[in-house]
Amino acid sequence: MSIEINKEKCVGCGRCTEVCPGSLIKIGENSNAEIKEPQRCWGCVSCAKECPVQAIALFLGKDIGGLGGRLFVKKEESLLHWTIVKPDGRKEIITVDSRESNKY
Amino acid sequence: MKLQVQKLYTDFLIIGGGTAGCWAALAFSENSNKKILIVEKANIKRSGCLAAGVNALNAYIAPGKKPQDYVDYARADAAEIVRGDLLLTMAQGLNRAVNGLEKAGLTILKDEHGGYAMRGERNVKINGENIKPILARKISSNPQISVLNRVNAFEYIVSGNRICGVYAIGIDSPVLYVIYARAVLCSTGGACGLYKPNNPGFSRHKMWYPPFNTGAGYAMGILAGAEMTTLEMRFVALRCKDTIAPTGTLAQGVGAKQINSCGEVYENKYGISTSQRIYGTVVENLKGRGPCFLKTSGISKQQEFDLYKAYLNMAPLQTLKWVESGEGPSMKNVEIEGTEPYIVGGHTASGYWVSTERETTIRGLFAAGDVAGGCPQKYVSGALAEGEIAAKSALKYMDESFFEIDGKEISKRKQWLESFLNRLDSEFSTDELEGEMQAAMDKYAGGISSNYSFSEKSLGIADEKIFEIERKSENLAALDMMSLVYILELKERLTLCRSVIAHLAARKETRWHIFAENSDYPECSEKWKLYVNSKMENGKLNIILRPLVKEGEFYEH
Repeated sequence: MSIEINKEKCVGCGRCTEVCPGSLIKIGENSNAEIKEPQRCWGCVSCAKECPVQAIALFLGKDIGGLGGRLFVKKEESLLHWTIVKPDGRKEIITVDSRESNKY
Repeated sequence: MKLQVQKLYTDFLIIGGGTAGCWAALAFSENSNKKILIVEKANIKRSGCLAAGVNALNAYIAPGKKPQDYVDYARADAAEIVRGDLLLTMAQGLNRAVNGLEKAGLTILKDEHGGYAMRGERNVKINGENIKPILARKISSNPQISVLNRVNAFEYIVSGNRICGVYAIGIDSPVLYVIYARAVLCSTGGACGLYKPNNPGFSRHKMWYPPFNTGAGYAMGILAGAEMTTLEMRFVALRCKDTIAPTGTLAQGVGAKQINSCGEVYENKYGISTSQRIYGTVVENLKGRGPCFLKTSGISKQQEFDLYKAYLNMAPLQTLKWVESGEGPSMKNVEIEGTEPYIVGGHTASGYWVSTERETTIRGLFAAGDVAGGCPQKYVSGALAEGEIAAKSALKYMDESFFEIDGKEISKRKQWLESFLNRLDSEFSTDELEGEMQAAMDKYAGGISSNYSFSEKSLGIADEKIFEIERKSENLAALDMMSLVYILELKERLTLCRSVIAHLAARKETRWHIFAENSDYPECSEKWKLYVNSKMENGKLNIILRPLVKEGEFYEH
């Protein structure tokens, strides 16, 4: 499992590079965020939550049964809008409010 | 590449800005106007165990319960090998810590009377996705606290068994920091990556514990001659297969039982302590009744949707797995497995041997959170409570003067680090040696592939192999500061591996299945109702056996 960064979408703000707990993301030569060693990623999603343009997607590695789906997240005040793009391209959106507690 | 030396001075130095470290900084500032410096390997906004979030606080004293009840629970789960004094003082601070977190902005679920809604007897339900940003915000608005992000501490500065500070290196720039302090708190967290993980390929870092917690605090303590305790009580988590996501939310949240492939509930057969739950799963697999599952099929669609949300707040990849496969937990049971072993004092009792005041055996060096031993089942709120205790003790201690180290000692460290940076090539890569270490620990020191079991003979082989890898690691080459950090992380894991092996060999019984499964001594023995401690003296690791310390005692070194 790891992340991929969309070069077209990335605006090079560097916020993801600051928060990564493994210091794995750097601003590369084209002023885009890059992850050179995606296999070191923990999957904590900190970077994607910081990204202002949803250029970062999470995926499950094939070695742990990943089917090619992608997970995006957009922060809007206390809300996190999670979008799952399924392998066939269909989307499912789940919104979680941080003012609302987990039920379990 | 040459390193620049930079000296810094502070009153209270905190190594590691995770849960315990951040709370200790805040507690210290409430009781003193002295300066505090947090040295953090990543960035405190999302560093440590709670980067992705957490959806319950597992340590809280419910109305009608007493701190002593918590001590009794933790003691039973650890089969007696706990420090009563540490557990009780921690338990007394749990509810204050939880209230403090709520005041700082954490969402906690309430019941109809305005109290916290409990999950069982000890857990409160929260939305903890943003728990680290909440702590970081409090830290950044506090003028007494400075934070050095992306600076990696690697060796204590000690003089005559008194702490003077720490050596650290910059991750982004070639700087060797020499940081002096009047008191120091170690809150670096525990260690993973010692053993081969569940999925050693591309997803090798998809593990229970943050792969960036590499045991720096343990290794620095071991090498400085601090006494350590109970490193043989490893922690193994029961997790959802592949995603290594938590199972507690399924077991406690929707009441899912552990079943084998024949559909039989097996958890009652083996017991429900943490280690027994995993032991049962391993035995069922060995008897050909695997794989094992949490029985979730049949839960309602609403429960399933609430689970999707709960996992997005702590382990979002599990939700991705359910949704992308089109097979949610209401349709399909969730397969479970044990993880590789970790060393983590917030769950089991491994770590620094501390006084009741949380001072280590090195004067002026305190420990809190996963790195501090004797006090298992801390979880988040216990780490906070312990951070507060350690901060108050550090304030009482506060050495008046700074002891500065000889310039020659600093040059020696500088040259040693530069030798890695200036080496153009190396026979092995850091990753290759890490793989060798994990394979040796897996096979000979009780990893997943040996069903967590080991013998005196196999431990002997493990120790020889780790010693050899340690020797090879002296000749590694670092391209930049980040790869130098990887070398230091490997070396600290190797140091810790040797101590873990020595501890596993010293306890001649099997007190905890899975955590320390000694095939030479498969039974639990009354004789071993004591602590196994260790201390490095003149390069040699000596084992010290100590009698149990009960609550009500005030333990001093």
